[in-house]
Amino acid sequence: MTDIERLPYDVVVIGAGGSGLRAAIEARLAGKRTAIISKSLFGKAHTVMAEGGAAAAMGNVNPRDNWMVHFRDTMRGGKFLNNWRMAELHAREAPDRVWELEAWGAVFDRTNDGKISQRNFGGHEYPRLAHVGDRTGLEMIRTLQQKVVALQQEDAVAHGDPEAMIKVYAETTITRLISGGEGRIAGAFGYIRETGQFVVFEAPAVILATGGIGKTFKISSNSWEYTGDGHALALLAGAKLLNMEFVQFHPTHMVWPLSVAGLLVTESVRGDGGVLRNSEGKRFMFNYVPDVFRAQYAETEEEADRWYSDPDNNRRPPELLPRDEVARSINAEVKAGRGSPHGGVFLDIASRRPADEILRKLPSMYHQFKELADVDITKEPMEVGPAQHYVMGGVEVDPDTGESCVPGLFAAGEVSGGMHGSNRLGGNSLSDLLVFGRRAGAGAAEYLDRLSGKRPVPDEGEVAAAQAEALAPLERAGGENPYAVHAEVQQTMSSLVGIIRREDEIKSALAELEKLGERAAAVSAEGGSAYNPGWHLALDLRNIMLMAHCVALAALERQESRGGHTRDDYPGMSPEWRKVNLICALDGDKVTIARQPLPPMREDLIALFDRAELNKYMTEEELAAWPAAAASEVSAAIAAQEETHP
Amino acid sequence: MSYKAALRVWRGDHGQGELADYAVEVNEGEVVLDILHRLQATQAGDLAIRWNCKAGKCGSCSMEINGRPRLACMTRMSIFEQDEVLTITPLRTFPVIRDLVTDVSFNYEKARQIPSFTPDPAIGLGEFRMQQVDVQRSQEFRKCIECYLCQNTCHVIRDHAENEHSFAGPRFLMRIAELEMHPADTADRREIAQDDFGLGYCNITKCCTEVCPENIKITDNALIPLKERVVGRKYDPLVWLGTKISRRPSGKDTPKVPGTQG
Repeated sequence: MTDIERLPYDVVVIGAGGSGLRAAIEARLAGKRTAIISKSLFGKAHTVMAEGGAAAAMGNVNPRDNWMVHFRDTMRGGKFLNNWRMAELHAREAPDRVWELEAWGAVFDRTNDGKISQRNFGGHEYPRLAHVGDRTGLEMIRTLQQKVVALQQEDAVAHGDPEAMIKVYAETTITRLISGGEGRIAGAFGYIRETGQFVVFEAPAVILATGGIGKTFKISSNSWEYTGDGHALALLAGAKLLNMEFVQFHPTHMVWPLSVAGLLVTESVRGDGGVLRNSEGKRFMFNYVPDVFRAQYAETEEEADRWYSDPDNNRRPPELLPRDEVARSINAEVKAGRGSPHGGVFLDIASRRPADEILRKLPSMYHQFKELADVDITKEPMEVGPAQHYVMGGVEVDPDTGESCVPGLFAAGEVSGGMHGSNRLGGNSLSDLLVFGRRAGAGAAEYLDRLSGKRPVPDEGEVAAAQAEALAPLERAGGENPYAVHAEVQQTMSSLVGIIRREDEIKSALAELEKLGERAAAVSAEGGSAYNPGWHLALDLRNIMLMAHCVALAALERQESRGGHTRDDYPGMSPEWRKVNLICALDGDKVTIARQPLPPMREDLIALFDRAELNKYMTEEELAAWPAAAASEVSAAIAAQEETHP
Repeated sequence: MSYKAALRVWRGDHGQGELADYAVEVNEGEVVLDILHRLQATQAGDLAIRWNCKAGKCGSCSMEINGRPRLACMTRMSIFEQDEVLTITPLRTFPVIRDLVTDVSFNYEKARQIPSFTPDPAIGLGEFRMQQVDVQRSQEFRKCIECYLCQNTCHVIRDHAENEHSFAGPRFLMRIAELEMHPADTADRREIAQDDFGLGYCNITKCCTEVCPENIKITDNALIPLKERVVGRKYDPLVWLGTKISRRPSGKDTPKVPGTQG
């Protein structure tokens, strides 16, 4: 067990979902020798579970759409806490990234004139989501997987070895990043699942693309891989995490049978005409439209229903409010005793659309309910409720290159923070993966060019410590079962730092986590190091505990309610708090929290919004500081663009 | 409502092992993967299972349950009698790594040998124009979650390991069909479908279709139409004559990707 395999690369990408694969493709296209580390088999990453689509303002269905409208929607969805530069890059570049997938073999649904079709989704002003039925994530992962294979085929011809320039390490987990001199990244330590073999990837650039932290919570739509690995690796390497209090509870998941509670029910059901009803049969969402959105949402069922066929002259149905609003509303209905028999509400598409249309547009949903719950969604309503789905918080990165404050360490996709502010709009994740995956890949390649051959050497002391840490649960006899500790962490987080939060509950969660942390550090894993899930969980527990701490600390600190952070004791949204980012870092083995000012938005971007709308989010001083002249100029530019596509 | 199910689970590695007996609690609405997780959490912490999404979307938890290839996450316990003994074994066609986990690298090797999507390079970003009716056929095959249950079931390799070299299996013959039916693809893989990937071995017993958890009509919609195209390419005298007298440079066969043969 003492031999450690050494694998030299230029760029190591940790994570083989949408952002990891897109990053790796970009690094390889830039001529860098690239390793892709996949916790699962190649092509199984959590991205496959994305259903609805990738948001990109291509304007195929409504030609009025453009990047500025998409930017505006994204900022509104995130309640203006987004990193504006990321939101801008995302909105500008998403169309090219989607079209690129098409050129690599993705087969999207089409419009009548043969373009990529786009569907409606919560918070998006126009139909914007490129999709393939309700399995868009699968299409994306398969396309990127097949692009990696296509590159390997080129390399097979050029170098006689398909893995000469880009190689996938399937079922491999990284447990520590290794530094070199001057605080630079020099590699990553991990194990190969099948054999338990330890490996050190020696590389000057590491890209984190590990997704989210769902396994910190009990009811989550996330897969087993989502143990916050990248978040934790970044913290442990000295990077900072941004706004970890913002956790998205997606409003619609299956609530019954219990074993599938948390299985996602795509927002497309609502985008395609489905409505939410309580036990009295009422479309309750009309009662929950918040002030900041009142101008954009319908007030009557009649208007809402007309919107599907005539969106230019009617306002959107309130079922298509951003996810945080819908999740809170469902929660309130259930609390008020108007829930469904199994503690959710009803999602009804059966009475609203013909059966053949439902089958065509939502085949996976039909299949999922039929097979797992004996419910025919073309005939009866579904029972749905909120579950943890996504984390907006993540590694603080430079928007243009994805680089963290640790030289050589990059992050893209869900593991990075800032892009989505306090709440992510549906469809903005798949496009985020593509836009920032590509940028991180390019950023890492440029970083290597700047290093010009001076590769940092991995610190052997760190490698030895990483190996000892990884072996500890196997060598420790008589410790607690890791599964039991994990279940308690999840229970604590779900019940005390869940969708609705209160100071006293968060404090008791932190006290619980203290005790659980000690237990987690003392667990034992029975068996050997070859394909041993108990051992893997014992190692993942460190990351899960760190994430639980970060979320709880940040949730306690932010005394307001915004997006994916709802404080029962501070129900309002505060303009003062909008100016604040919360930063988690590690001091020794303690998580620290600090406030940091939000970077002010560029003037031409501010000008995309009505003054009246900004009034709802910003402080008096902020508003006073912005020149009114710029505002009218850009608004006129948008108006002109919209005019050319009447 | 809840009861104890009798499980016989394959435990072992590198070709050695045995069926181990367990009694595990089952609650209403649960699937086989729930039961295996409970077994793992309470009695056998090191039980190797490969799984990911637990939603029938990633195709990781393929195994044989009472001899039938299935996804453990989509197999409800209610389809079995409460006093029925469940025998759970790894996929038989692939080498066992440990317990219920098999080495499926065969599939990744085959995937790499098939010439990739080859659009006309003159088409710029966003310029593809395809009708829904034309992409629908490829879309059906792209529903594939690569669970490899079809590969595991197909007798051409399940019962004849010697065919592994010359036969790509239903999943990858379907991949060829998907590319051949893609309206924007310009390559021609008909020749290699037959000569290198073993389409002729398929004698349309439809076992692959029967086990497909995505209900893809692999045999009817992919393999049989692909056979018809191959016949058209290789044996139709009119097509043959056409390739000889045509002045257009079309009709070139795309070769298998060099350097990818294991």
